[in-house]
Amino acid sequence: MKRVYENSCVQRMKSGQRIIAPTQSISFGCFFIRWALYLQDILKKNFVIAFLFILTFNLFAQTAPQKTLRWGADSEGGAPFIFPDPQNPSRQLGFEVDLVAAIAAELQREPVFVQNQWDGLVPGLRIDNYDIVVNGLEITPDREQEINFSIPYYATFEQLTVRKDTYDLNSLQDCAGKTVGTLKASLAERILQAQGNIEIRPYDGQITAYEDLALGRLDAVLMDHPIALYYGYPNPKLKFAGDPIGEMKYGIGLRKEDTALLQEINEALRRLIANGTLRAIYERWNMWTPRLTEFFQDTRASNTPATSWQAFLREHQLEKTWRDKLRKYFKDYLPLLTRAAVTTVGLSVSSMLLAILFGLLLALTRLYAPAPFSTLATVYIEAVRGTPLLVQLLFIYYALPQLLGIKLSPVIAAIAGLAFNYAAYEAENYRAGILSIPRSQMEAALALGMTRWQSLQHVIIPQALRLVIPPVTNDFISLIKDSSVVSVIAMVELTREYQRLAGIDFDYLGLGLLVAAMYFVIGFPFVRLAGWAEKYFAFDRRLPDKKQKANGQEQMAKA
Amino acid sequence: MKEKTVIDKSNVVVAVRNLHKSFHGNAVIKGVDLQVAPRELTVLIGPSGCGKSTFLRCLNGLEIFDQGKISISGIHLERASARAPLDNQFHARVRELRMSVGMVFQSFNLFPHLTALENVMKAPMVVKGVSVDDAKRKALELLGKVGLASHTQHYPSQLSGGQQQRAAIARALAMEPRVMLYDEPTSALDPGLVDEVLLVMKQLDDEGMTQIVVTHEMRFARDVADKVVYFEDGNIVESGPPEEIFSAPKDERTRKFLKKFL
Repeated sequence: MKRVYENSCVQRMKSGQRIIAPTQSISFGCFFIRWALYLQDILKKNFVIAFLFILTFNLFAQTAPQKTLRWGADSEGGAPFIFPDPQNPSRQLGFEVDLVAAIAAELQREPVFVQNQWDGLVPGLRIDNYDIVVNGLEITPDREQEINFSIPYYATFEQLTVRKDTYDLNSLQDCAGKTVGTLKASLAERILQAQGNIEIRPYDGQITAYEDLALGRLDAVLMDHPIALYYGYPNPKLKFAGDPIGEMKYGIGLRKEDTALLQEINEALRRLIANGTLRAIYERWNMWTPRLTEFFQDTRASNTPATSWQAFLREHQLEKTWRDKLRKYFKDYLPLLTRAAVTTVGLSVSSMLLAILFGLLLALTRLYAPAPFSTLATVYIEAVRGTPLLVQLLFIYYALPQLLGIKLSPVIAAIAGLAFNYAAYEAENYRAGILSIPRSQMEAALALGMTRWQSLQHVIIPQALRLVIPPVTNDFISLIKDSSVVSVIAMVELTREYQRLAGIDFDYLGLGLLVAAMYFVIGFPFVRLAGWAEKYFAFDRRLPDKKQKANGQEQMAKA
Repeated sequence: MKEKTVIDKSNVVVAVRNLHKSFHGNAVIKGVDLQVAPRELTVLIGPSGCGKSTFLRCLNGLEIFDQGKISISGIHLERASARAPLDNQFHARVRELRMSVGMVFQSFNLFPHLTALENVMKAPMVVKGVSVDDAKRKALELLGKVGLASHTQHYPSQLSGGQQQRAAIARALAMEPRVMLYDEPTSALDPGLVDEVLLVMKQLDDEGMTQIVVTHEMRFARDVADKVVYFEDGNIVESGPPEEIFSAPKDERTRKFLKKFL
């Protein structure tokens, strides 16, 4: 490392040779050149790090086959739209899976499912993460401003659900003064708000809403009929109440510019409606309602049994023994969770390595670079520390493509977001470490003729690094857990996978313990590694040992 | 043993003329003139806070003086006033100065993350680009010279104060300085460890090293110094051979100061 540095560095000198170089402050041009060289040294020496980078990126590298139909949806959204197959959680089930398969067959394309958080489906479409959105997306004037919709593929309504022993709630008017649960930012919520005198409890997931209704925490739940059918209706404590409320149509979302594809999909949908394929799908899922008969003007007699619906009920009404559950955990869930955990580790390690390097640059710039640069570094640190990581990630992923046309893949955006965020914290760790090295160390180094940069590199930074091991480890552990926020930009990592799988069986306890254990297993080796490093670098607490003494004498003898 | 009596005035290795330094408006050095001949050992004595440490730190550029002129073995630093801008050329010369002047601190300031051997090897390798082998050979030789042959692999925390200070002297010598400066080198030491450090300095004196020492060790000053300089209130009160200063000080202030030690 030293040799590389000296050969390439401006400051090289032979013994006796006088050199002319500024010492008091590091001139800015030189500062960054030296930094780059230093970085190069680090990377050259630690080719392991470079290797890790390559490994991580390869891990995420994806190749898309020709003629595909990439469709975005959130499999956490649940039945009957799209949800993980309880028998094989890496597969997706749902009427929309069947629908897309049918459309793709019509278009002679291969359907490719792209997981994306529901809230981010439209932004994800606009930055071309997938070609279409098929996930119970209501056709609303607001959305039509941003994207195109196909002709509706399903029409439905809001369904009120109450406890079996409730007899006085049969309409929205009856709900006055009552507490009603619904999904956040849904049509149902807007309908309840329009009513005015209802206490609304917005939920993120349907399962908890119906659970709370059964437990008596809510008086009623208002949700889209398909959701109510799959999560409210099967519950023996609950029942449907009143008439259908409101009207909504689901459409396939497309980018404004993809008009040719829109045309193709509309034609395909019309064919599927006409030849009864679409109706068969809905009948399989027990979703063919009188409303639909009217909507599609299809009065043929029903002839498809509701097999998918029955399979769903069977799966969820089965009382599972602990042995069944354990088998499921280890046979079905563990491989999926392990894959997600690998993503979490890859993300955390790559972003932390970047954060450590970039943080060191920031700290040195803030401490030693001339005015405009040190101020910039300070502004960066304060801005990044002062704003939420979530906002930064959304900015990098969604705003950069709009602002500058920089479109990052989810992996790169996630790593960049985490790295740039943590770099600000690491920079402050380093600054604290560097400032805690006594001034006299710098003076001693300068008195020996070292430049300020040489003093930093050979005397101050090596000592400071040891001091910052505990706080950096701390940050790394918290980064492993913070990495779960990247699920907002379409990354499936450990927490995301946990939520998805837990949604299958509503089993948050057992899976939760399993996932907590996995997080611990990921973090603990790093804690031990840091502990070892701390001990290794504890030069001020070392006692002389025999080996050292013997070494010393041997060297003396040689000399 | 070198001849102590003859000091050739024309042959000066350190020359300071009208040196001024102040901190936040407080004048600490007030127009000091000093000349040191090669091979000479000069001892600076004086009450605490009289500016002798600051003066020493000015000599190797750890403090930048406000006004005056310093010449050390052919390197000249000059400033007209505290407002005179410090250009890159000035800083370059400060660094040249540091490479020809060795400094030993009161608190040793060894690098705690390096062994004694590495402490001595570091600067020649980093600053002069000396090879590992050459640096090591030289470092072992110097550590042997200061009596630390069996402690080369020890970290500073594993050495006694006296050993640390001797290692620090070896570290400074590794840069082959023309002049050695000592800022109260024995003040932080247990009384029992003082002599081992003073002996090293005496040995260097015998070998002909030019040395300037700030110290309160009057016995050392009297026995080993070629010249004793009495400093008070930012200036030199009087200077001369030790016998003269210690037995017949001319100035009242010198007499008063020495009384406390006798």
